[in-house]
Amino acid sequence: MWQYVIKRLLLMIPTVIGAALLIFFLLRLLPGDVCELKLGGEGAYYDPEQIKICRAELGLDQPLAYQFWEFVSGLATLDFGKSMWTGRDISGEISQRFQLSLQVAIMATVVSILIAIPLGTLSAVYQNTWIDYVVRTFSIAGIAIPSFWLGLIIILGLLITTQSWFGTPWMPPIDYRPLWVDPMHNLSMLIWPAVATGYRYSAVATRMMRSSLLEVLREDYVRTARAKGLIEKIVINRHALKNAMLPVVTVIGIEFAFLMGGLVVTEQVFNLNGLGRLLVDSVTLNDYSMTQAIVMLIVLVFVFTNFIIDIMYAWLDPRIRYS
Amino acid sequence: MADATATQLEALRNRPGLLRSIGTLIRKQPLGFIGALIVIAMVVAAALAPIISPYDPELNSYESMLSEPSAAHFLGTDEFGRDILSRILYGAQTALFVGLVSSFIGATLGLVIGVASAYFGGRIDLVLQRILDVFMAFPLIIIALTVVVASRSMFPNAGPELQVLFVVFAITIPFIPKCARVVRSSALAIREIPYIDAARANGYSNSRIIMRHMVPNVMAPFLIMITAFVGQAILLEASLSFLGLGVQEPTPAWGLMLRSAQDHAESAPWTVIWPGVAITLAVFGFNIFGDAVRDALDPRLRSSQ
Repeated sequence: MWQYVIKRLLLMIPTVIGAALLIFFLLRLLPGDVCELKLGGEGAYYDPEQIKICRAELGLDQPLAYQFWEFVSGLATLDFGKSMWTGRDISGEISQRFQLSLQVAIMATVVSILIAIPLGTLSAVYQNTWIDYVVRTFSIAGIAIPSFWLGLIIILGLLITTQSWFGTPWMPPIDYRPLWVDPMHNLSMLIWPAVATGYRYSAVATRMMRSSLLEVLREDYVRTARAKGLIEKIVINRHALKNAMLPVVTVIGIEFAFLMGGLVVTEQVFNLNGLGRLLVDSVTLNDYSMTQAIVMLIVLVFVFTNFIIDIMYAWLDPRIRYS
Repeated sequence: MADATATQLEALRNRPGLLRSIGTLIRKQPLGFIGALIVIAMVVAAALAPIISPYDPELNSYESMLSEPSAAHFLGTDEFGRDILSRILYGAQTALFVGLVSSFIGATLGLVIGVASAYFGGRIDLVLQRILDVFMAFPLIIIALTVVVASRSMFPNAGPELQVLFVVFAITIPFIPKCARVVRSSALAIREIPYIDAARANGYSNSRIIMRHMVPNVMAPFLIMITAFVGQAILLEASLSFLGLGVQEPTPAWGLMLRSAQDHAESAPWTVIWPGVAITLAVFGFNIFGDAVRDALDPRLRSSQ
């Protein structure tokens, strides 16, 4: 087992270095840099001397290989440096936003579990009845509905219903307060984006829950349980569900990794000052150091989640370890 | 020889009529049939947009800004007084163009890389797989976002038509590794079948073996990937346009319509609702159509889903 863990851990290194290389050179391909944007703006006149000074300050005049080395060594010690646009410390800037995005991601995952498990179970138990069809349509629609549009509709719905019920329209607050400071404020702000993204991510999990439960229900031990005369509810809750959960948990894990990236658009709709928002801003401002840091953070979350999933799989299924 | 032709003719004659085969399709794949209908409707809307849309989609009209749905404007107008129905119909052209072109190019490049990787094996396979791993470690939207910004700043004066191509390019790139992965695993199994060895023993060139003997046998996963990509591509295009990084004004595109609509969601809800309905329907249609294609081409996947 340990051998497998170490092998898998070592395999992460080339992926992460490759990702760092890719994002580094992709950004450097852009003509124009943060200095030109800062000092001139498009088409405006700027002083070449000042640009030179600005580049020297940011280290942009150094050879690319050196810049890359700085970036990777900073990454290894988790020191991301300073934003090229604002000059502020990246770690400080990111940690606050990361908190928000992570909370939305976790809440969205909870929402998707709360949707997927009961609905998937219902759909499997009542296979090929109208219940099954309704659930399946609901989950296929979840993949089709853009979460940013769902977000807009949720906001619109909130405005209209509060207007008609209380006379004054209510909007979720837009200033972030941590959960432990003001839980009501925090939740009333973040529950909506969590629902909008959670519904979308529940779709795949619901289908997985359905098909894996259907498979388990065909197993011999389920037939035995039924033959013993157990009532259907106990057969499903005690015997079938637990065994059907494993692939569902995996799917939810994989989706969690994707969520961090998927939040980019949702944050825009709900006006959340999260990681995704910061990423869009820093990409458009040519803020290399900030973009690199955020992208690498997302890649790390992704790679690490996949690592955990693989380890779990290997632990549960010895065949994987030895292949 | 003659017998074979006769039986073939017989089979042709006994072929079920078109109507009857549609009937079987509806019974066996009700959802897939609905998907096909939506896809066809979308293609028709895109093709006939210049004929059936009541207004020019880019025509501003300051007298009728943000006017409610009425007989003159079935779905209302946006903040420039442009007819929303017309913009949605023309938007289908944009969505289809981006969706089909990027899925096709992405899947085709993935097919070539996947088959080559499986055929050559060894070090080439290892290196290609590691490169694909790197791409797979990025969420789709992040690659697309960076590529759009990169191509845009490389051609800062690009017109709206060129901007659409940037979006296609940005969406194509993340599809390549996804398709390559799937195709490679099918191609690995085919490489072990003796006829590939026979072809090699005959002295055929690598490219001939790949193109003539391997590619035709991985057509099923390839088609499955293409159909699965179209919905995703439409959604990605809408997301990018919504962020302001996709298709540019005044080109009609659904995501772009939602972008400008979010500022007047409260006073003019129709500007928000219809473009979203269009995106949802299109993605829904292509997804369930894709599922049906997958079921038809790959019976192994059929059982449990």
